[in-house]
Amino acid sequence: MARVKKDIEKQVVLMQGNEAIARGALDAGVNFFAGYPITPSTEVAEILSVELPKRGGKLIQMEDEIASISAIIGASLAGAKAMTATSGPGFSLMLEGIGFAKITETPCVVIDVMRGGPSTGLPTKPSQSDIMQTRWGNHGDAPAIVLYPDSVLETYELTIRAVNLSEKYRTCVVLLTDEILGHMREAVSLPDLKNIKIVNRIKPTVPPEWYRHYDENPKYIQPVASYGEGYRFHVTGLAHDDYGFPTNKADEITLMMDRLKKKITHHLKDIIQIESFKMEDARTAIFATGITARAAKSAVLMARKSGKRVGLIRPLTIWPFPDDAIRKYLRNVKNIFVPELNQGQLIKEVKRVMGGVWNYESRKSRQIIPIQKYNGELITPTEIVNAMKEVR
Amino acid sequence: MQKIPQKIIHNKYLRHRKKFPHVWCPGCSNGIVLGAVIRAVAELEWKRSDITMVSGIGCSSRMPVYVDFNTLHTLHGRAIAFATGVKLFKPELKVIVVTGDGDATAIGGNHFIHAARRNIDLTVILLNNYIYGMTGGQYSPTTPIGDRTTTTPYGNIDPAFDICELALGAGAAFVARTTAYHATEAQTFIKKALVHKGFSLVEIICACPIIYGRMNKKGDAPAMMKSMKENILSIKAYEKLTEEQKEGKIKRGIFREVIKPEYTEEYDKLVKSLQASIGEVDNDRT
Repeated sequence: MARVKKDIEKQVVLMQGNEAIARGALDAGVNFFAGYPITPSTEVAEILSVELPKRGGKLIQMEDEIASISAIIGASLAGAKAMTATSGPGFSLMLEGIGFAKITETPCVVIDVMRGGPSTGLPTKPSQSDIMQTRWGNHGDAPAIVLYPDSVLETYELTIRAVNLSEKYRTCVVLLTDEILGHMREAVSLPDLKNIKIVNRIKPTVPPEWYRHYDENPKYIQPVASYGEGYRFHVTGLAHDDYGFPTNKADEITLMMDRLKKKITHHLKDIIQIESFKMEDARTAIFATGITARAAKSAVLMARKSGKRVGLIRPLTIWPFPDDAIRKYLRNVKNIFVPELNQGQLIKEVKRVMGGVWNYESRKSRQIIPIQKYNGELITPTEIVNAMKEVR
Repeated sequence: MQKIPQKIIHNKYLRHRKKFPHVWCPGCSNGIVLGAVIRAVAELEWKRSDITMVSGIGCSSRMPVYVDFNTLHTLHGRAIAFATGVKLFKPELKVIVVTGDGDATAIGGNHFIHAARRNIDLTVILLNNYIYGMTGGQYSPTTPIGDRTTTTPYGNIDPAFDICELALGAGAAFVARTTAYHATEAQTFIKKALVHKGFSLVEIICACPIIYGRMNKKGDAPAMMKSMKENILSIKAYEKLTEEQKEGKIKRGIFREVIKPEYTEEYDKLVKSLQASIGEVDNDRT
């Protein structure tokens, strides 16, 4: 939030979360969008349909979400920075395509503005119930990169970051937001365009006959050609070798699967972002993301006024789950509260990382306590404070 | 046009050293279609790097592996949607979609009709063998009534699509049907479809002697070819028949060849007129 204060003299605009996504996409250089209308994400497509053609970009409304994800992967293979936006039900339809983007290592960005579910659920109410879907939704092993902001300005920043990460690591990056973040208007002052870092995929320099679409290299960041540039390569959703041709050989399959995993796990420091708030002396922590973290921040301040040592941990990168960072921050914490707008998704991960004994002398277990709401309403700061009062 | 020697075409347009032998069964018609496609491209003298071949899942959809173009083997049914993305972003690429009856009209039916309606410049080569071959012989939306497949062991009661009628109804600008038996005609139709601006469909009836033929006692590959010759007639020959004689016969030929506004061209026009009226937008958050 420091940035907002610093730039406050500059132009301050009242902006909606979905508008921030569209704005971030344009500033990140997105030039292809394919989508299908769905509440509460439709504004992204509406704004881009005004802005993209002016800049020579392409926008198409496809016949469904499956077609939308397919079209953006196709465009990305032809060299586009491509994006789509949807909500839970549409995201479910896109999952097969997301798996395809991951195995073919095609950069693309999917925005998921979460709403209540399952099924049609609560189209106009917020929820955080797609957290597991974004990680485990598509079949087969493949890591996911998923970001989740908590304010309109951060939505803008993370949209740019999502595009950058997808270009750098050649994968599908998901930006999660929720109905409240998407429709909430906040006064924001966008950073200067000059100060925004834009990542573009590296282009190959080798002659076409030497080109491998999946070149092995120790850093797992490879040059990538696009269709129509003279590099004729094959792309398939089947398990493939370095050239992209289908393979059944065990060693080549292992190589491919390891690359998909290692290109993420080797760069965790670059990918993972986490915010800690008043954690220095905290004995109780709140672990929250997105819109719930806003309430949690207020709850921390309220609890601190009554003398309790409370802090907040908020991962901006939900997947890969920031295990090591959380261990570092929560090592000395006795109780962890996990407020979330679902029936318990984040808390499972927190329990996996932080469960077990807290203090080896007293052999006391750390308490990891859920605060859950899944009726379309937000968790309020008071509710979190009251929950903390009940636990000693 | 002078005839280009077969071997030169093979060496130039196929990944002949890398990817052969192919996966198709003995007697399969897919190879005939592959030959027709590369000969049509050779006649047009298109650069290989300018062509993108997109396919879905199925026997016919394995074709892109064998051709030395930009190739994309996608998800079941989604070939046309991927191709739409490629074409819209880079209209200068010539995009060919190779798909099958199940791939294009069952799981991908939605994309098929909408691409035809949109009239985006794709050339769809649809290999119709009346069955799902890759998965071992289940009935598809084009399996004739009464036929036996592994999922219709007592005979099929599901009425079949006429794919060309479907494309015509959806507004496709170029619609043609031929068979693998009429290989030179297939080559001519594919060539016409490739140069046609707009959505063009060439349905090619293919023989699947190993799965469909065997299950329905259609004989071996030559017998199936012969039945194609006898039962799939040119439009002229078909129209001469009486109503009774038409029973069991199918028309082949070009059913529609019209010029309509093409999607990527219309999009470019829109962008140009927009930019002319408001001036160039640099990304300054206006």
